[in-house]
Amino acid sequence: MKKLLQQHEFVVTIVFFLVVILIGAINPAFFSIGNIFSLLKSMIIRGILALGVLIVIISGNVDISFTAISAFAMYTTSKIMLALFPEGGLLLAFAIGGLIGLLLGSINASFVAGMKLPALIVSLGTSSAIRGFMLAFIGVKIINNLPASLIAYSRSYIAKFTDASGKIVTLPSAIIMLIAVTIIVWFILRYTMLGRGVYALGGDPVSTERAGFNIKAIQYFIYCFMGFLSGIAGVLHSVFMRNANPFDIVGTELIVIASVVLGGASITGGKGTVYGTLLGVAFTVLIENSLIIIGVPSYWQKVVIGLIIVVSTAASALREKFAKLEIS
Amino acid sequence: MDGKLLSGKRRYMAADRSILQLLLIAIVVFIIMALLNPGKFLTLLNIESMAYQFPELGIISLGMMIAMLSGGIDLSIVSIANMASILMGLILTKMMPQNAANNQIVLFVAFALLISLITGLISGLINGFLIAHVGIPAILATLGTSQILTGIAIVITKGYAVPGFPEIFLKIGNSKLFIFPIPFLVFLACAIVLFFLLQKSSFGIRLYLIGTNIKASVFSGIKVKSILMKSYALTGVLASIAGIVMTARTNSAKADYGSSYVLQAVLVAVLGGVNPAGGFGSVIGLSIAVLSLQFLSSGFNMLRFSNFATEFTWGMFLLLIMGINYFQNKRIKSSK
Repeated sequence: MKKLLQQHEFVVTIVFFLVVILIGAINPAFFSIGNIFSLLKSMIIRGILALGVLIVIISGNVDISFTAISAFAMYTTSKIMLALFPEGGLLLAFAIGGLIGLLLGSINASFVAGMKLPALIVSLGTSSAIRGFMLAFIGVKIINNLPASLIAYSRSYIAKFTDASGKIVTLPSAIIMLIAVTIIVWFILRYTMLGRGVYALGGDPVSTERAGFNIKAIQYFIYCFMGFLSGIAGVLHSVFMRNANPFDIVGTELIVIASVVLGGASITGGKGTVYGTLLGVAFTVLIENSLIIIGVPSYWQKVVIGLIIVVSTAASALREKFAKLEIS
Repeated sequence: MDGKLLSGKRRYMAADRSILQLLLIAIVVFIIMALLNPGKFLTLLNIESMAYQFPELGIISLGMMIAMLSGGIDLSIVSIANMASILMGLILTKMMPQNAANNQIVLFVAFALLISLITGLISGLINGFLIAHVGIPAILATLGTSQILTGIAIVITKGYAVPGFPEIFLKIGNSKLFIFPIPFLVFLACAIVLFFLLQKSSFGIRLYLIGTNIKASVFSGIKVKSILMKSYALTGVLASIAGIVMTARTNSAKADYGSSYVLQAVLVAVLGGVNPAGGFGSVIGLSIAVLSLQFLSSGFNMLRFSNFATEFTWGMFLLLIMGINYFQNKRIKSSK
């Protein structure tokens, strides 16, 4: 039992369900299928981004440029699709978005891996460069006439339900993409040498190098993969919004990082799980979306999110402190 | 970094070289902008308007530097500044009677300034407590407090701006002493105080030591926790000073003003030679960096470049400088 309690994920799970029960007790409408579907939908994009951030954080770095990459990929993909392949399919859109993201991610990679610079600072530079480039040279106008294939995808769903008032609620098929990314990241971290390398790098870079890992290759993978996921998430965002607004997405980076850390990933590296990350994402989405349901005015949202960040990180910091005391 | 291994004298020389290099960059940027905007950039009017503009970011960057010297970061600076401004705003626009006499207004302004500084101090102490005593990584602790402070500010103001400050208060942001704009003098005062605090006081030396090697600092008997508390409190006070200047210049306070300043301040600090891992950085380097960025954005503004093009250039600038530093360090290493 003591061991279980020391596991961050276990504690967060319990707190999560306590909060769910509390919200449900205040307003039973919380448990309606419609609300649960909308919570799941809100988890998709943040979840995909968070899983990429998880890998970066495990490797001992922080990247904040992923939202700029995501917005850039979203906007340029729509432009390219409209100009060159207006009849192009969904797969093509995701391929273009993913590729743009991957290329932009490789810029981060070349600075972090090639010049051994801290990713936080590098990504500060790349995020303003990428966003500035898009807004200054590519465009600032919202694109409203997305390709038909994207609009069609925004309407597709895997589950449909008619609630008591006769309103039809659906669960978008894009949730499959979150599930797919989850499985891929989980597999990489758990069963591949690459995943071991990522954890090792976050634990102790010097030993990792001496143990024979190719640190450069691992870092190239981390930032390119982060870029790729950002691109995919960006295209998905335009699908959900049914438009491509270049001012969207940027500004959410800190809440995504907070979700990952809430899920138990150590900001100093070497620790973090896929389960915890999804839990963290579910937690922040739950809080953001449920304040209104329980009658808290929406302008309290920031205070509550801030408190959650402080309390959860304080809990994890204090637990680590006490764990150290027990050892010594 | 390599610098840590250099002995005293060589370390100073290395620091001098990077400051010289920065100065060179600032001068080059200045000349290019003057050439690109003939008859507009190199005017008293422009220089004066730049002297009004840069102090806000400058003071915020000084605060950021203090946090980064210890190896931390403070994402809550702008939120602290806004919180302080809003409290000032409530005092000066709601609490103060409409028909207050002149000397009464002065009293209220003094009271508001004091409250603002205290707000900064308390917020900074909270950050310091969370980081030093609870042990939360600085980036997360200050992210949390920034959300809380912005949140409270939104709750207080319902998201609206607080306008209508008294004339006397606005003088802080919009008038001159002799030929010097007051915001510039405020920045200068902050910079000079910090310069002596960092270079000459035991607090400064210990702060650098903590950033260089926290373990060694603990074992050499430095009270790391108390120094960290003090440094974040200092950052908080600087944030509230920036808030005062910002409010006095714009004649209004709002929960989400200047949120882009946070990342810009990190950018300025890194450009100015502050090592994000801690232990390195100087007031002089930072001042030159903030000036060169001001030249850049003022110049671009005159060329009618969009703000986004400026954002793009800032990012490229940061990457470029880091690249140059990297290749230079590499050359020094291989020549040894």
